[in-house]
Amino acid sequence: MLLKRLVLGILTLVAISLLITLGVEALSGDVCTAMMGQMASAAKVAACHSQLNLNLPMHERYLTWLWNFMQGDLGNALTNHRSIASLIGNRIGNTFFLAGLAALVAVPLALTLGVIAALYRNSFFDRAISIVTLSGISVPDFFIAYILMAIFAVWLGVLPAISNLDQSMDLWDRIYISALPVLTLTVAVSAHMMRMTRAAIVSLLASPYIEMAKLKGIRPSRIIIKHALPNALSPIIQVVMLNLAWLVVGVVIVEVVFVYPGLGALMIDAVFLRDMPVVQATAMVFASVYVILNLLADILSMLSNPRLRHRN
Amino acid sequence: MSDYDIKKLQKRVTNGGLDRREFIKAASAMGLAAVAPALYSQAAHATPKRGGTYRVGLGGANTGDKYDPADNGDTFMTNINQGAARNNLVEIGPSGEWMPELAESVEASPDAKTWVVKLRQGIEFHSGKTLDADDVIASIEHHRGEKSVSDAKSVAESMGKIRKDGKNTVIFELDGGNADFPYLLSDYHILIGSADKSGKVDWESADGTGAYVLKSFEPGVRAHLIRNPNYFKEGRGNFDEVKVTAINDAAARMNAMVTGQVDAIARCDLKTASMLEKKPGVSVLQTSGTKHYTYPMDMRQGPFDNKHVRMALKLGIDREAFVKTVLRGYGTVGNDHPIASSQNYHASELPQRQYDIEKAKWHLKQAGLSNLDIEIAASDAAFGGAVDATQLYAEQVRPAGINIKVNRVSADGYWNNVWMKVPWSASYWSGRPTADMMFTIGYKAGGNWTESHWNNPRFEQLLIQGRAELDEAKRSEIYVEMQTIVNQDGGSVIPCFANNVDAASDKLGRSAKLAGNRELDGGRSIERWWFT
Repeated sequence: MLLKRLVLGILTLVAISLLITLGVEALSGDVCTAMMGQMASAAKVAACHSQLNLNLPMHERYLTWLWNFMQGDLGNALTNHRSIASLIGNRIGNTFFLAGLAALVAVPLALTLGVIAALYRNSFFDRAISIVTLSGISVPDFFIAYILMAIFAVWLGVLPAISNLDQSMDLWDRIYISALPVLTLTVAVSAHMMRMTRAAIVSLLASPYIEMAKLKGIRPSRIIIKHALPNALSPIIQVVMLNLAWLVVGVVIVEVVFVYPGLGALMIDAVFLRDMPVVQATAMVFASVYVILNLLADILSMLSNPRLRHRN
Repeated sequence: MSDYDIKKLQKRVTNGGLDRREFIKAASAMGLAAVAPALYSQAAHATPKRGGTYRVGLGGANTGDKYDPADNGDTFMTNINQGAARNNLVEIGPSGEWMPELAESVEASPDAKTWVVKLRQGIEFHSGKTLDADDVIASIEHHRGEKSVSDAKSVAESMGKIRKDGKNTVIFELDGGNADFPYLLSDYHILIGSADKSGKVDWESADGTGAYVLKSFEPGVRAHLIRNPNYFKEGRGNFDEVKVTAINDAAARMNAMVTGQVDAIARCDLKTASMLEKKPGVSVLQTSGTKHYTYPMDMRQGPFDNKHVRMALKLGIDREAFVKTVLRGYGTVGNDHPIASSQNYHASELPQRQYDIEKAKWHLKQAGLSNLDIEIAASDAAFGGAVDATQLYAEQVRPAGINIKVNRVSADGYWNNVWMKVPWSASYWSGRPTADMMFTIGYKAGGNWTESHWNNPRFEQLLIQGRAELDEAKRSEIYVEMQTIVNQDGGSVIPCFANNVDAASDKLGRSAKLAGNRELDGGRSIERWWFT
């Protein structure tokens, strides 16, 4: 079962790499014309093509890349010829650090708020949480970023406006300098998880076994935490994983606004410059995150569900 | 009270916003006439001090950036490469004049065809190697030849035959005379690197002669530089360390400046620059440079092949409004030619073209038309706010019976697919230091970048003549005539020149006059400035 999912995951990655190649090829121009921009001329573009082997047909370049990739060789960037592994190296760490930090804050917060909202459903408190979190999700993330920046960096002056993380910083400095992007991401992802938690629990509250528990005189908070939550876990896990994946791959704008050196900015630059190997490498990282988190979500759902757990 | 005011005035002098006469007039009004000249020189001739870590936030950074100057094009890399780690043979001074840098002297033969460059002796690269003629030749050859993909290919190829004469002399034999030759050597691509035995420069080693040694560099993220203790210029390279942070988002750059995370930024967000001006401790620096926005028409095809149509379109744009709204006042009106008022040979006598709907109508009639429907492509790749600006233009010209349909196109691939491919589009030029270079690259018949595809025989003749002319008066006459021809007949509407708008902390010292050829004191704040 697990093995089958793993093989499917790898096939997905290959299919994605092919789609990415076709997608980038379909864009106008190539790395040579993109780099030269306004200063391109036919002779220079031709010289550049032959230097970078862009004269070869697309399928040949793709197969060469795939062959090297399978052997763990990401190759060099077409633009500055730096090794892609080193270009991506630090940035992967930064991206996962930011996503991890945001998840550490957002997931417990959203789940707690969701449980509380379910407990006091339709009260003033429930509505207030919903309004606040839903406003957070309705506003574009760069706007949240600018508002938080205006309040915490410019007005109060307690947090740094730009998060130019540096390898030489210690953990506390890193957390401090990443505070605003983490806050922004927390606002952006909490609503979804909180609403799902609340909905999953509320939908269970009408079931007979909860009624039974109520009739036995168990306290509402205990009913929700002990009896409803474990059965609501499956959809909650799915939505948490979806949001974790978004935290890794969807934070490009937050990276740009806070000057955070993550993978997203690298990918955008690479697409803009048509630097195919870099686009491929970053796309593979992002796609792997989705595949792995989905796999993890399924495993965790299975573990949380006794019926699935004890099927064989 | 008066003490505070005079400090403010002095600050404006130091920033280059006030000249001697204006300062003395203002100081006299405060009752300080007797000491005004002394106060002026105190402000204008602040002496550089050493020390400190200079943190600067720059846009135009990309994860594909490299040390090789052939590929440098935007602020981030030019400030690091030309402005800190390496040098040219010739440097552009604050008034746009050239002066020898790695060269000791640059001298021409009477026909301006042969140029002899003598190098300063005893200059060392960071690696310890001594600079000689081979380094210079290898560095320039790097941009030439069939395999070259350099942005400076055409510039380097116009330098003719290059040979050395001893260890410290390089001789350039041009195909035709060029009185502006020294300016070619100041191009930010034509930097001097150290050549190895095979006569090639290993650009990726970042070895240069500059005021700073590159300690670390992450493309599109940051660079860290430390002072070169052996730097050959007095009073330059004053900071102990420099941290350059790539901040491409204009709002983020402004915030970094406001919160003091950086000491200076290039390219303020024009929308909020006026608010930054009010912040104590920060100065917004403006220099008038050569950057200008253009609307080039393809003159090979109708209706743009008709001179009256072109004239009607030139008369139909409200330049004052353009500067006010698009540039937020940080610029000056253009006169449909590419030579800025701060440049040598600017045609100041040429009447400024005004917004005149009646005249535009008349020209349209002369072209045999009562109204005209045309399309223009615009994208913010051309210049910030280009789409809105072009829409504004379309509204301004409408009363003359000209309907411009503005096609908003993607910024991605704009220069490959749209510019010079469609009959009319929005564009920009960062400008060139001399009239000859600007006319050659953007207006010469058949050129790769002659965006209006124009061909004017008289203009071509003057271009060749002016280039080789060493007599200043005759040269000036020639360039004024060329500007007049472009103004009257050319295919580009040139509504404005944009200023460089940067910001810097008041803790930074800088000379009274800032260079305007690029942002941040000619892109050399790292080398030129200091902490007071």
